[in-house]
Amino acid sequence: MLKIENLHAQIEDKSILKGLNLEVKAGEIHAIMGPNGAGKSTLASVIAGKEEYEMTAGSMELNGEDISELAPEERAHAGVFLSFQYPVEIPGVTVTNFVKTSINESRKAQGLEDMPAKEMLQKIREKSELLEIDRKFLSRSLNEGFSGGEKKRNEIFQMAMLEPKLAILDETDSGLDIDALRIVSNGVNKLKSKDNAVIVITHYQRLLNYITPDFVHVLHDGKIVKTGDASLALELEAKGYDWIKEEVNG
Amino acid sequence: MSKYTEDDLREELKTKEYEYGFYTDIESDKFPNGVNEDIVRAISKKKNEPEWMTEWRLEAFRVWEKMEEPEWANVHYKKPNFQDISYYSAPKKKPKLNSLDEVDPEMLATFEKLGISLLEQKRLANVAIDIVMDSVSVATTFKETLAEKGIIFMPISEAIQEHPELVRKYIGSVVPTTDNFYAALNSAVFSDGSFCYIPKGVRCPMELSTYFRINESGTGQFERTLVVADKGSYVSYLEGCTAPQRDENQLHAAVVELIALDDAEIKYSTVQNWFPGDAEGKGGVFNFVTKRGLCETNAKISWTQVETGSAVTWKYPSCILKGNNSVGEFYSIAVTNNFQQADTGTKMIHLGKNTKSTIISKGISAGKSQNSYRGLVQIGSRAENARNFSQCDSLLMGNECGAHTFPYIETKNKSAQIEHEATTSKIGEDQLFYCNQRGIDTEKAIALIVNGFSKEVLNKLPMEFAVEAQKLLEISLEGSVG
Repeated sequence: MLKIENLHAQIEDKSILKGLNLEVKAGEIHAIMGPNGAGKSTLASVIAGKEEYEMTAGSMELNGEDISELAPEERAHAGVFLSFQYPVEIPGVTVTNFVKTSINESRKAQGLEDMPAKEMLQKIREKSELLEIDRKFLSRSLNEGFSGGEKKRNEIFQMAMLEPKLAILDETDSGLDIDALRIVSNGVNKLKSKDNAVIVITHYQRLLNYITPDFVHVLHDGKIVKTGDASLALELEAKGYDWIKEEVNG
Repeated sequence: MSKYTEDDLREELKTKEYEYGFYTDIESDKFPNGVNEDIVRAISKKKNEPEWMTEWRLEAFRVWEKMEEPEWANVHYKKPNFQDISYYSAPKKKPKLNSLDEVDPEMLATFEKLGISLLEQKRLANVAIDIVMDSVSVATTFKETLAEKGIIFMPISEAIQEHPELVRKYIGSVVPTTDNFYAALNSAVFSDGSFCYIPKGVRCPMELSTYFRINESGTGQFERTLVVADKGSYVSYLEGCTAPQRDENQLHAAVVELIALDDAEIKYSTVQNWFPGDAEGKGGVFNFVTKRGLCETNAKISWTQVETGSAVTWKYPSCILKGNNSVGEFYSIAVTNNFQQADTGTKMIHLGKNTKSTIISKGISAGKSQNSYRGLVQIGSRAENARNFSQCDSLLMGNECGAHTFPYIETKNKSAQIEHEATTSKIGEDQLFYCNQRGIDTEKAIALIVNGFSKEVLNKLPMEFAVEAQKLLEISLEGSVG
């Protein structure tokens, strides 16, 4: 699915990713953990194609195709989805309208007609039930006045609607209370299939109690320094990150 | 990266031709340039007007001669030479038509380009159209349906002939000839426009619509619109404009007067898309318009406008809330791009008791444009319990444009309740990236954000107009982020 080799990326001449390798196969869930400032969110932004980040070396392929030159919307059309750590507000644009536009723009890029209204409504109903979203919520302006939990739930709702091949969840657990965390995780698990993949970026192990990763990677100073299975997350939770740093430096 | 950058967008915007920039080659009957009493008389004569109308025009002209062009607006432009304008231009082949087959095929082609083919319109029904092409109306439809209800909807030149008592009673009653420089000029030289009268207690069964168009190089347009809603009646009036591309500036100085008698309601909606000038700010229409409505007891007037065109706009659709319990509303979206300048807003003059007014203004500035809201809320000493709510929001794109707000409030009555809210925001890179990440390209994202921003006003437009207005916003702002 996703193959990243020797990825170097910088922002305003500040080097953040320094030779990162990552391979994610269809059907897998990968967790990327690491201390603050390790480059976790940068990795998410670089995969999604945020303009401010410059990729200076390495390669990035999605299903065998180089995506490093594609515009963010083209990557989205190719099946990349990013659940934002801080989703933005768009006043006056309802959740429904935004999702509809999003779906139809992707369909247009694939040469398809707009999704018929009936199908759209049905899908909205189905996915909002899955994420226990109140119908009233869908006619509110996108993220405007949403609580932290509502914003994150809305991100996962969009993911459910768009059915991406590769979903990157950037700190989706932050700002969620325990119930919301359960609902969101439940949603992600139900959306998971053998044909798609998920990258979970998180600082804490908490989310991984609900979404069980196949691999856990530790990101430190722009590189993946350790990879293990779900138990690595528990170890990190118990021991913190310092021992990893020492291991790397030592 | 192959990414569509802001620079690409900016470049594309500059090269974006004005969509309706074409010119119809129809023979015109044109006066020599300049204006003096003889020209005013000649216009009146050409129209076969009664003596009182000629005198009214002359009076206006004499006032105008002594007036100075106003300079208080936040706009800068080279003043037009008023002696260099032809004050009358009418298509020579003015046909009296029974069916569309008789319409000049070139003219029909023009309508097709504008997307307002009469054939289509006729089939769509429910919209009666009085088309003004270069100052003289050439087609009026649905007259019969309206006539059954006693509704008069015709070119004002015809109304002067057929209903002189109504025209004489109301013309200049809300915007007097002495009101301002452009209104005085309009009163002296107006060539045509629309007249509408809704009889007592009648609810006009369809939206009334007029399409204005400037079509003759160097010809100014001086439209005159008069809408009278008699007691307890209701009418919704739509006005849409688009003009062909021209190098020299074209002057458009219209006057619109609305009269809502007791318990009557008038909804007046405008989509204005005059040629805004090219990317260097060359050409474009000067739109200096006086629009005002008078509300008697329990009457209501709503102005809704979507202003996307013109090089310079100077326009303040206003309400005089004379009668007790009368209501005035102003909903506006003003878009400026490139070198466009707009100074627009409203005046709400509260004279009667328990009068209420609402002002929602959305200004969107892009390119190097300047967009100003100017509004006056005035509460007279007898206007007990008057209420006003104003909201002025500005959206900026890029770093070279400007948004300005000039709200004036004058109150002479302590019981007045006045609220004013204002916001300024900018389309952020983060918003655009968020949309991009969801598969929405930058151009579409801007349209989405702008439509969201303008929603409260778009919602006030009649359905068929709202769609057109939404498209216009997209065209006007395509790729204008910075």
